[in-house]
Amino acid sequence: MSTTEEPRHRAAQEATEPAGPESGAESGARKRRPRRSFLPYGMILPAAALELLIHIVPMILGIYIAFTSLTQLTIRNWTSAPFVGLENFVQGLDPGGALGSDLFQSLFRTTVYTALVVGLSWALGMAAAVSLNTRFRGRGVLRTLFLVPYALPVYVAAIIWAFMFNQRDGMINRLLVQDLGLVDDRPFWLIGENAFWVLVIVSVWRLWPFAFLMLLAALQSIPEDMYEAAAIDGASTWKRFTRITLPMVRSANAVVLLVMGLWTFNEFNIPFLLFGDTSPDSARLISPFIYEHSFVNWNFGLGAAMSVLLLIALIIASAVYVRLVLPKGRGND
Amino acid sequence: MVVKIPAKAVVSASTALGLVAALTACGSGEESGDQTLTYWASNQGASVEEDKKVLKPTLDRFTEETGIEVELEVIPWSELYNRILTAVSSGDGPDVLNIGNTWAASLQETGAFVPYEGADLEAVGGEGRFVETSFATGGVEGEPPTSVPLYGLSYALFYNPTMFEEAGIEEPPSTWEEFIDTAEKLTKDTDGDGQPDQYGVALEAGSERQNSHFAHILAQQYGGKLWSDGPNFASPEVVDAVKLRLDMMAEHGVVDPSNAEFSDGTQSIADFVDGKAAMMMMQGSARTTLASRDFDNYEIAQVPMLDPLPGKPIQSHAAGINISVFNDTDNKEGALQLVEHLTSPEEQVYLSQEFQTLPVAVDAYDNEELQGEQMQTFRTILTEHASPMPLIPEEGQMETVLGESIAGLFADAATGSEVTKADIRKALKEAETQMDAAN
Amino acid sequence: MTETPGFRWFRRITLTFLTVFTVMPLYVLVVTSVKPLEDVRGLFTWLPDRLTFRPYVEMWSTIPLARYLTNSLVVTVTATVLALMIAILAAYPLARLRFRGKRVFSMTVLSTQMFPGILFLLPLFLIFVQLEEILGIQFTGSYTGLIITYLTFALPFSIWMLAGYFQAIPEGLEEAAMIDGTSRIGALFRVILPVARPGILAVGVFAFITAWGEVLFASVLTDTETRTLSIGLKLYTSQVDTLWNQLLAASLTISLPVIVAFILVQRHLVSGLSAGAVK
Repeated sequence: MSTTEEPRHRAAQEATEPAGPESGAESGARKRRPRRSFLPYGMILPAAALELLIHIVPMILGIYIAFTSLTQLTIRNWTSAPFVGLENFVQGLDPGGALGSDLFQSLFRTTVYTALVVGLSWALGMAAAVSLNTRFRGRGVLRTLFLVPYALPVYVAAIIWAFMFNQRDGMINRLLVQDLGLVDDRPFWLIGENAFWVLVIVSVWRLWPFAFLMLLAALQSIPEDMYEAAAIDGASTWKRFTRITLPMVRSANAVVLLVMGLWTFNEFNIPFLLFGDTSPDSARLISPFIYEHSFVNWNFGLGAAMSVLLLIALIIASAVYVRLVLPKGRGND
Repeated sequence: MVVKIPAKAVVSASTALGLVAALTACGSGEESGDQTLTYWASNQGASVEEDKKVLKPTLDRFTEETGIEVELEVIPWSELYNRILTAVSSGDGPDVLNIGNTWAASLQETGAFVPYEGADLEAVGGEGRFVETSFATGGVEGEPPTSVPLYGLSYALFYNPTMFEEAGIEEPPSTWEEFIDTAEKLTKDTDGDGQPDQYGVALEAGSERQNSHFAHILAQQYGGKLWSDGPNFASPEVVDAVKLRLDMMAEHGVVDPSNAEFSDGTQSIADFVDGKAAMMMMQGSARTTLASRDFDNYEIAQVPMLDPLPGKPIQSHAAGINISVFNDTDNKEGALQLVEHLTSPEEQVYLSQEFQTLPVAVDAYDNEELQGEQMQTFRTILTEHASPMPLIPEEGQMETVLGESIAGLFADAATGSEVTKADIRKALKEAETQMDAAN
Repeated sequence: MTETPGFRWFRRITLTFLTVFTVMPLYVLVVTSVKPLEDVRGLFTWLPDRLTFRPYVEMWSTIPLARYLTNSLVVTVTATVLALMIAILAAYPLARLRFRGKRVFSMTVLSTQMFPGILFLLPLFLIFVQLEEILGIQFTGSYTGLIITYLTFALPFSIWMLAGYFQAIPEGLEEAAMIDGTSRIGALFRVILPVARPGILAVGVFAFITAWGEVLFASVLTDTETRTLSIGLKLYTSQVDTLWNQLLAASLTISLPVIVAFILVQRHLVSGLSAGAVK
């Protein structure tokens, strides 16, 4: 997406550079033609340059690498890594192959994970925002407390949770087995099937405050009198929520869900910090999966091919989402 | 107005970028003088800081002898591999560095390290200086090695003599049959709650590395190997090898199921120290951890073997750390001198005592400080009963894929599923396909 | 607004659940950091059998924590300040001016949010190495590379939030100033920025948190001297042992300033967000 737009972007910039008092014949079609000046370009220049350097160019290079055989044999002279066409894609993405089937499984698992984490985070965030958007004692304290998981560095969060989920001595099993007696045998959390749920819990713990913060902000911009009018009409709390609150925060919702979805789908830190270089099968998300194949095994061409697939999946998902959900015309008329 | 504004905008933009550039000046990384070598050491002791203290005297002696200063950086294991990657791909690395010896073949392929051959090999003391099994880990067979051993290590059986005595066991087991038997006697419920709280043996069952090492070791005892022109994981010998160790938990119950979660290489040692397990099979460096826990109530014996033995008498892989010289060094001669210094018998005596490793220089074993019984056991294992992990570029990947698959089997066993031989074969077959697919 | 009993129950249950969920790990963090290592190793206890503050002393000498802290602060603060400046400059024309390529620019910037870090980690490193050779500036193993990387990571979201924020500010404000002869840039700095302070604060907090916790790029772009906390804390785990109590004591110590800063600005944070991002 960006790759095709970038040349256009640059062309647009160049086209305006020699612009002086005259010029602008080609855009005569527009009614209110923007006044030509360097100002906007000068102002976006630092951002554009950095985006180009840190995001766009490496991305293009990454896509190029996907077509080469970049391994420990060639890494030293990576510019001369042999071009192998679609080989990496065939090898890595063939759903019939061992690697491809793992990749697609991981992609599916990541989708489920993202849906769960974003859904739960949103629900908790919304519930908290609605609750804290009312007046009662202790509101300020709770509001601050709820933001702590978001303020806490992610590695600290992952470290504590891993410590808590330790099978033999961890706090969770102490609580479940010794203190509450809910289960007899101490369950394993960090290996086997449960690892997936641990991942979900930790991710939600980390993410829901963000949803809460954004949604609380959105709720506060809803004029109070709308609720009052509804209350006079005798609308129930639930009705007020569905008829006023939800529609009013619709655009905030759309964006919060999109951003959280993208972050969660690309999540690397939490599984990496919880499980190390290789996650248990049940919890292998796409980013750590690709990391394992490119960095642990030094097969960067293959890793890049897999990430290109991930990128394409994200682009399609976002495009569909933007079409369907995102309100039109914001900030980019 | 139109003229004035962009100028300002540009100024603010360039201020921003200028700030970044200015910060560069604070960054590190300027070339040091000719007579300085940079040395990346792996973390062997209790902490990075501790290692610096240990290495300083030996590096000072080097500077005294040669006049060459050494800038030391001790790199934790979690970072070493990625740091080598960045050094290799950027050509901006140290002059001399440590590598895990199982990476030797893979890193050899990068062409980033100086091959030790001819005069260069002589410059570091020649092949004859080194323990043969350790020297063999230096790179792919038939090519000049790009690394020579620095610290030697081997597995051994650690046991708790007090617990042995309590259970009426006089000798450490020497066959696997005896081992299981012994372990069963040592597995007890000491507090009467119906659950065993002392186990025969502790395993680092979630550790990919240890899982792969023992698959290699035991497969050799069964007469097979992990790799022959390709992954060989599902061969009967490897399946038997994996089953032997897995059954300690799954069938005999002499390993605490909690061990399935142990993966950092220290947790089974902790169980051993805390009296939760009477035996463990660990590399000699575990003694550092034991010492840091003030625990000395242990004895060391050779790793058990099959009886009758269908394969080779292998008890350990030739474990350890190797040392390489980076091709991009400006001072190859000095770099080789440093390697020579660190692998010399005198320094090897010092280093092996500090880091609880085994000398890699044959002559160092003559030193009277190293005549203890433990040292002799380790020496016998390393020199007579060790074989290198497969010397293939895919070794690192193999350890990950195979080790992970075995960890998965342990996880199944720990969570109560029955793991049959067919399950093991199936899992190993999958690991094999995965290896094939990625290469 | 009137509160029904049903709503009150909903609120009570929600808030109780969320408080427990939030506090549990924080409690473990605090209580573990004041236990001796021997007690940390055994079964978790809700209260320390023996209380000790030695982990808080020892943590400074086990690893060079102070240096990592300095590194993290330098990198994060610089990246945040620069990100703010650059995002303000870029967000303003998006909100107020019409120019060609605007849509392309904003879409491109936003779409970088979906780039998987794993895909451009290695390429970025390789590019930095090339630039080092060309420009003679050290990008890897120095602060520079990390700073520009982190500041760029924070840009898309920051630009987007600020653009929304600026849009919400009545245009009359600047127009009035510009009639008085101030330039547009002058108006931005003298009129808009003071009004937009809560929004800028919110964006700053976001940029700070993004950079403070980053692990993946830090692992490749730093060395011993420039290692940041996110990587450095791992060193409490060595070949030999994991010093859980010191690790958690250090975690708590380095989190406190962030949390306190967060608490101080959180009131503005919500209002900042509510005027900007959310409209």
